[in-house]
Amino acid sequence: MGRYVVRRLLQMIPVFIGSTLLIFLMVDVMGDPIAGLCGDKQCDAATSAQLKKEFGLDKPVWQQYLTYMGHVFTGDFGTAFNGQKVTELMATSFPVTIRLTIVAILIEIVIGITLGVITGLKRGRPVDTSVLLLTLVVISVPTFVTGLLLQLLLGVQWGWIKPSVSTEAGFGELLVPGLVLASVSLAYVTRLTRTSIAENRRSDYVRTAVAKGLPRQRVIVRHLLRNSLIPVVTFIGTDIGALMGGAIVTERIFNIHGVGYQLYQGILRQNTQTVVGFVTVLVLVFLVANLLVDLLYAVLDPRIRYA
Amino acid sequence: MRGATHAKWAACAAAVALAATACGSGDSGSGSGSSDGGAVLSSSWGDPQNPLEPANTNEVQGGKVLDMIFRSLKKYNPETGKAEDMLAEKIDTTDSQNFTITVKSGWTFSNGEKVTAKSFVDAWNYGASLKNNQKNAYFFGYIDGYDKTHPEDGSKQSADTLSGLKVTGEQTFTVKLNQKFSTFPDTLGYPAYAPLPQAFFNDHASWLQKPVGNGPYTIDSYTKGSQMALKKWDAYPGPDKAQNGGVTLKVYTDNNTAYTDLLAGNLDLVDDVPAAQLKNAKADLGDRYINTPAGIIQTLAFPFYDKKWNAAGMEKVRTGLSRAINRDQITETIFQKTRTPATDWTSPVLGKEGGFQDGLCGDACDYDPAAAKKLIQEGGGLPGGQIKITYNADTGSHKQWVDAVCNSINNALDNDKACVGNPVGTFADFRSQITAKKMSGPFRAGWQMDYPLIQNFLQPLYYTNASSNDGKWSNKDFDKLVNEANAETDTTKAVEKFQAAEKVVRDNMAAIPLWYQNGSAGYSERLSNVKLNPFSVPVYNEIKVG
Repeated sequence: MGRYVVRRLLQMIPVFIGSTLLIFLMVDVMGDPIAGLCGDKQCDAATSAQLKKEFGLDKPVWQQYLTYMGHVFTGDFGTAFNGQKVTELMATSFPVTIRLTIVAILIEIVIGITLGVITGLKRGRPVDTSVLLLTLVVISVPTFVTGLLLQLLLGVQWGWIKPSVSTEAGFGELLVPGLVLASVSLAYVTRLTRTSIAENRRSDYVRTAVAKGLPRQRVIVRHLLRNSLIPVVTFIGTDIGALMGGAIVTERIFNIHGVGYQLYQGILRQNTQTVVGFVTVLVLVFLVANLLVDLLYAVLDPRIRYA
Repeated sequence: MRGATHAKWAACAAAVALAATACGSGDSGSGSGSSDGGAVLSSSWGDPQNPLEPANTNEVQGGKVLDMIFRSLKKYNPETGKAEDMLAEKIDTTDSQNFTITVKSGWTFSNGEKVTAKSFVDAWNYGASLKNNQKNAYFFGYIDGYDKTHPEDGSKQSADTLSGLKVTGEQTFTVKLNQKFSTFPDTLGYPAYAPLPQAFFNDHASWLQKPVGNGPYTIDSYTKGSQMALKKWDAYPGPDKAQNGGVTLKVYTDNNTAYTDLLAGNLDLVDDVPAAQLKNAKADLGDRYINTPAGIIQTLAFPFYDKKWNAAGMEKVRTGLSRAINRDQITETIFQKTRTPATDWTSPVLGKEGGFQDGLCGDACDYDPAAAKKLIQEGGGLPGGQIKITYNADTGSHKQWVDAVCNSINNALDNDKACVGNPVGTFADFRSQITAKKMSGPFRAGWQMDYPLIQNFLQPLYYTNASSNDGKWSNKDFDKLVNEANAETDTTKAVEKFQAAEKVVRDNMAAIPLWYQNGSAGYSERLSNVKLNPFSVPVYNEIKVG
């Protein structure tokens, strides 16, 4: 187990270097970011040269990358164009997005798995069919449609919520955005759980458990659900990273100043420091989440061993 | 069955909890007004792109704040756009080149420091100095000694201060310009010329965290990237005191969300109604929708560094293109009349006296497909048989109007492929391609005035090698007329000279004027006396709440 973890951690290094290098090159290809800083006017040559020097943009890309990585290892992610430290931007935006992600994941787990279990047990019944139809609708409707629709109905028409989230972005305010963000994954979780449950229901160990006369609830939760959760956990684990990075649309609709917002601003302003910094952290989140998922398998199914 | 019932119950509980908390957070925060200084209003804002310093702020969002926390020597009248004395007691000159400026006494910064002549001279020296990276440094380019503090080639600066600035007394200083510039005093309302307190120089970092100025508002709190709370400054000595208790600027990533918030009663003022909502704004807001002219003109510029576009006879092609654009139709269908077809190269906000001349463009701006076709043929046809209009696709609704313009040109020329749009992903990339002179055909050019002077609509854009002459157009007659106009001490005569110069722009069709842009805003029922100034920024200090 320990060796497995170490090996996995070591594997992260090339992935980490590769992905940051790719992002670095992509942002660089977009052209000279200083040109956009002066609005519709042209920066005078001397000032833009000076700015380029300050942000290290006058050096070749490989050198910029090396310096950048050198700084990153000391915890210095550079400065955004508006004079703020990127670490400062992270400190304000990551907590918000993490809260949003937690809300979304909880919604996925609670509602998704519950619906999955219900439909899996009642396969073919009206409940199953209607939930299946519902998930189909959710999957096929793009997030921004769901988001704008909920915002308009709940926020403007009925006045139940504020259409935008305040600066503090507490858990309560994030419920609706979290639901929007979770919606598509929620549908997938439901379907995955349903299939898995339906399959395992007919397996030998469930029949044995029932034959032993165990209470129905214990059969479902301890025997059936636990074994059916492996694909679901895999999905949810990878979804953590996807939700954090993919919150861009939801964050924009509800005016949440999280990671998506900072990334969007960074890309728009071609701010290499912001974009690469945030993506770097997101890559790390992704890698760690994947590792945790792999380790969780053993908890769910003790037959799985790591070498 | 028991398990299923259990699960069902859990789902219901989750749904109920969800609805309940959602309801709980739905209380509106309208009770934030204080009883003494009047209520506070909230307004939409965008994250400023640059650090908030007077000489470093060149976009509307940062400018908005500077306008609230700073007062300069001059201020532009929110109605007429005329430059009026604010902190300036008097500005004297005999030769349009040497100015003596007297600063009114009795003014202080909100931290108690006195505003003196030194506050201005120090601020301007700071702005002009290359080592401070101020993006508006070129505003000080007219002052003597600028080339020493800001060498054009980026070499080491040989002076830290402008030799043309001298403090001659507690409240007086002199300015020596490197050329005659009669309307120089009228430019002094621009935020870059604001005075700075000593605190700015003593502890720059903490000043940036919470800027201190001398305007009607002070910054109460500033959370970068999300919101800024401004409070009325009770001890403000000026005549234009704030009529409300304060303004909370909230950063919105998307102006659609801001508009939705306004409709839901969660926000008081939106100063940029999204293009998609313009159609509904009148119905949604009624009288609370403002649509007034602003000092912004959109044009199509040409790459004169490209031989194809600079050849003899090309002015006919350019004029022909101008005549092929149906401005009336585009401004009506795409912009819902928030743009006005342009008939000159300035803006209506200047007024007749200021140099705006309705119809100066004449026939050249009238839609006439037949004449357009003829002119383009006479001029030798489109270079390469096709033109590509380059624009940035990330903000604004540029794609829509560029497609419409192309459509109009294609129809006029009976050729489906005469004109196509050429989108560029980001604004920064668009600008860097322009700076690198990579344009192969016409490109989008927008100009928002810095100060309401005809000079500002012509010189920076069309003077040889001027700061915003993106197409690198160069014409001796034009340059000569502009120099003469700047040397003219009589304002009326100066304006006439500028208009003569503008006619040179017309005859050569140096850029195709498209339309004047309006400012659009919407506000809640709580507010009254809301208006936009000629820069399309709300006049915050005059807004009444309740």
